Amino acid sequence: MSKTIINVRHLCAGYNHNAIMEDLNFDIQSGEVFVILGGSGCGKSTVLKHMIGLVPPVSGQVFIHGEDITNARGKARKRLLAGIGVAFQNGALFGSMTVLENIMLPLMEFTDLPREAIEAIARVKLDLVDMGHALYLLPDELSGGMKKRAAIARAMALDPAILFLDEPSAGLDPLTSAELDRLILELAGALNITFVIVTHELESILTISDRVIMLGKKEKGIIAQGDPRKLKADPSNPYVYKFFNRNP
Amino acid sequence: MSELNIETVSRTTAMLFSGRLDAPGVARLWDTAVKTVKKTGRGKIRIDLESVDYMDMAGATFISHLSRLAGSTPAEQSNVVTGVKKEFAPLLDLSQKSKNEALSPPPKVSYIEKTGKDLTTSLEDAKMFITMVGEITAALFSCLKNPGRVRWADTWMVAERSGVNALPIVILISFIVGLVMAFQAAIPMRMFGAEIYVANLIGIAMVRELGPLMTAIVLAGRSASAFAAEIGTMKINEEIDALTVMGMEPIRFLIVPRVIAATLITPLLTVFSNLVGILGGMVVILSFGYPPISYYNQVVGFVSWEDLAGGLVKCFVFGLLIAATGCIRGYQTLRGPSAVGDATTRAVVSSIILIAVFDGIFSVIYFYLGI
Repeated sequence: MSKTIINVRHLCAGYNHNAIMEDLNFDIQSGEVFVILGGSGCGKSTVLKHMIGLVPPVSGQVFIHGEDITNARGKARKRLLAGIGVAFQNGALFGSMTVLENIMLPLMEFTDLPREAIEAIARVKLDLVDMGHALYLLPDELSGGMKKRAAIARAMALDPAILFLDEPSAGLDPLTSAELDRLILELAGALNITFVIVTHELESILTISDRVIMLGKKEKGIIAQGDPRKLKADPSNPYVYKFFNRNP
Repeated sequence: MSELNIETVSRTTAMLFSGRLDAPGVARLWDTAVKTVKKTGRGKIRIDLESVDYMDMAGATFISHLSRLAGSTPAEQSNVVTGVKKEFAPLLDLSQKSKNEALSPPPKVSYIEKTGKDLTTSLEDAKMFITMVGEITAALFSCLKNPGRVRWADTWMVAERSGVNALPIVILISFIVGLVMAFQAAIPMRMFGAEIYVANLIGIAMVRELGPLMTAIVLAGRSASAFAAEIGTMKINEEIDALTVMGMEPIRFLIVPRVIAATLITPLLTVFSNLVGILGGMVVILSFGYPPISYYNQVVGFVSWEDLAGGLVKCFVFGLLIAATGCIRGYQTLRGPSAVGDATTRAVVSSIILIAVFDGIFSVIYFYLGI
């Protein structure tokens, strides 16, 4: 039986005291691929930013391994952040460094490993995401799909237990997107990483996710949750049914 | 806590790992383990993982690295690496599959090659700069013939941002320059009882040289950089491509309003700069007990209308240079996160160099014209 790794409690998501989501409560189990989905502008990425401690929420808490990341400061915050990896929507690779240097950076900053070891680990991580051929390229020379894969490799650099991915398939062609889905499943299986993914790419959701929550903009909360394949087949909630079946 | 025990039995060295093989554990054992494998040589190593409690990708990479050094291929790995627990097997498989170390860094470029490339880039840059100057000139003449084609709303907006908003900094700098110059000049001149002639010095220096120069340098730092950043960001966001494909000429649309605004605003700012600089000098002279009228008479009696006109003519050219250089550098922005920063730096540096060069040219011309 897998244990709960993230607990979100009474989270009001938003900026500057303006809540766009109210009283969100959900748990994420260790090793699962969990997807947060919803229509454009509903606040998915904001919820993700609260979960990774990047932006303080209006109110509420997010517990990672039982520790509240929204209120963590100093060493406690550093320890929590070292246990998670984040791949941002546009990759957010450092433009002045090669792909290899981007992956080596967190290892150099947070471990005492010798350089030879750091380079070997970084190369393995890049091979995992099939970027072994692009070690010495600059981010500027990469395609959108390559940037996202390199960003996942950098997020995995410190072997985090949880990987947060913001819109990993957005803007990719179907083949590259499918390749990325395969990679996520492979990593989740082999490395037992918990994935928290923000997306609204239906194909991806149905392929990779174990469980989803769907956020509603008008409702300012969770309007559906569970196995996405069951949600797709269940007409009891018309909006969710339409969303999953692309039927406006 | 990770540990490594080394035992040698019948010419085979057994490396017995125990504890946690994560990044801190690997960091502690890396040097010892690598040295042991290198010293022992190929085919005589056995890596035992039976007592390993935890392993992540750092640990798996470490073991794969050692087994590779020991000379084993992925197929032979089961002979070299033994006692692998079921939960760690997928990690070791993934790290063994990696084509680690297959790709070496690109070769370093030689000094001669680098110098050649830099020279080619500079020549290309100069060519593009000259071409753009030509295109801007043609666009300006075309707009002069048909003023309705100029985007006047944009022009006034740029004039306000680059001119009116720059007034406080121009005033501050000019006042301080006038004040400091008067003070420094007054000390030696006072020894000869000639401190009133500081007014002549300040008047002529501000009107002919320092007023135009200070204004131009402030505008180069403030407006040329702003133009380069604005147009550079537009280029990166493909807004310039959008203008082009919509059939609108980016030069007329973006550059001409900025050039017209800066060209008109620079002489106006210079007038303020001259006045405030002269006022700065007056503060010093007043502190020596002279009445304001004496200072005024000295300045007006010494500085001619020709001096003022000569200074203001320069300003038109400086304004043109600053705006054109800022816009061209912005237009030349390449891709990448540092591109806009590079364009901005180049805009300021190029503007200041051109201001200095053209100031020298004007001095020579005025000398021959007797101004």
